[in-house]
Amino acid sequence: MSFLDKQHTIAPPGYSRWLIPPAALCIHLCIGQAYAFSVFNLPMTRLLGITTSTPDDWKLTDLGWIFSIGIFFLGASAALLGRWVEDGGPRRAMFAAACCFGGGFIVSAFGVYIHNIWVVYLGYGVIGGFGLGLGYISPVSTLIKWFPDRPGMATGMAIMGFGGGAFIASPLSVWLMARFSTPTHIGVMESFIALGIIYFCFMMVGSIIVRIPAPGWKPEGYVAPAQPKKLVTTRNVYVYQALKTPQFWLIWWILCLNVTAGIGVLGQASAMSQEMFPGKVSVTAAAGFVGLMSLFNMMGRFFWASTSDIIGRKNTYFCFFVIGMVLYSLVPTTGAIGSVTGFVLCFLVIISMYGGGFATVPAYLKDMFGTRYVGAIHGMLITAWSMAGIFGPVLVNYIRQYQIDHGVPKADAYNVTMYVMAGLLVIGFFCNLFVKAVHERHYMKHERADAMGMAD
Amino acid sequence: MATKDQSSGNGLKLLLAWGFVGIPLAWGVIETINNAMKLFQ
Repeated sequence: MSFLDKQHTIAPPGYSRWLIPPAALCIHLCIGQAYAFSVFNLPMTRLLGITTSTPDDWKLTDLGWIFSIGIFFLGASAALLGRWVEDGGPRRAMFAAACCFGGGFIVSAFGVYIHNIWVVYLGYGVIGGFGLGLGYISPVSTLIKWFPDRPGMATGMAIMGFGGGAFIASPLSVWLMARFSTPTHIGVMESFIALGIIYFCFMMVGSIIVRIPAPGWKPEGYVAPAQPKKLVTTRNVYVYQALKTPQFWLIWWILCLNVTAGIGVLGQASAMSQEMFPGKVSVTAAAGFVGLMSLFNMMGRFFWASTSDIIGRKNTYFCFFVIGMVLYSLVPTTGAIGSVTGFVLCFLVIISMYGGGFATVPAYLKDMFGTRYVGAIHGMLITAWSMAGIFGPVLVNYIRQYQIDHGVPKADAYNVTMYVMAGLLVIGFFCNLFVKAVHERHYMKHERADAMGMAD
Repeated sequence: MATKDQSSGNGLKLLLAWGFVGIPLAWGVIETINNAMKLFQ
């Protein structure tokens, strides 16, 4: 299929670079559906019993694994296939992501039809997870090459789509299930088929639009800085060589700690707001709070990544760690004085920086390791997210339970967690402080690059 | 002339491409804001 070849995706003269962010958004808005998968959980516990669960119906604990397997394979495929994505270009990767993500829904629909949870794990978890990973990293290096003047803003726009995907998926899934459900049938299977087709088509549009810039292309009027900044390289580090640098691991920990601090509270936001303010925050209000947090998570991705183009990546992460530390330390006080507004404001800023951490990191990697393998290096860094996905919720849940078991009132049970999160951000601050320019010996040598056919 | 055609063609493509992703996203954001407003009621 020559249409997918990298050579066939080179942009003709005059091609607008502003067509690339929508191409990336076509992918990220779809795969962001992962954040909304939980809307299927309760209906899938009643597939046989329809109105109530029967003993043969799936349990919530069984269904929780679907998302976990999907996120695991997101990280694994991004880490393993990053080099394949870089070599084959964005169109092939986006096409593969569309096939995997759309196909994963179709296989899952079959799993629902025969009521076999293992087929659903294979469909959405494994196949769909590969689609998530390939889709997540596929537009990153392309955007950075098109926007050398504003790499943070460009990747921020795409990664914002991943945060925004749930906004579309959640009401769409609910609407589809209502449309396909009857008094004797829950329309999960049909919804999966419809979503698989819709997402496949939407992602294919992205893969058709996407182009890579012609060799030597530069934005009109753009002049690369004559005096390169100390922490912004104009050279390239080979993908596996990056793993041997302290910078990669420092940024790995920076991302891991920033995400750990955010993801734990994101998952517990509803319960936390109700328990810290008993009688003041209703279930409905808590759901509104979660929606507002998702919105700030999405907007923070664009805002902070764009800001990083002005103040620099390192300073942006310093902002995350310092402001985050102060706000986490303030949260127990907002609980003590009963200020719901203060509590909400603290978490909205915190969650905007959680999203900002995801969106700024590709540009940070580009600054450190160059543009040549940034997509593949970013893929390997995604393992930090997988790790944080386990640490964050475990920390919040276990510390809360430990507090309650030791007689601490529910309203105060999150105080220690907040201080622990602030402590994690202190460690992140020092990791960021230690980030220096990559040592000369790690950069690709022209002779070696040419010999291996890796030169631009 | 060719440049003028090219830029108007690009303009239409940009409008279609951004509309394609922007309209569903805007719909989702409005839905979320409507739900979030319950926090302040």
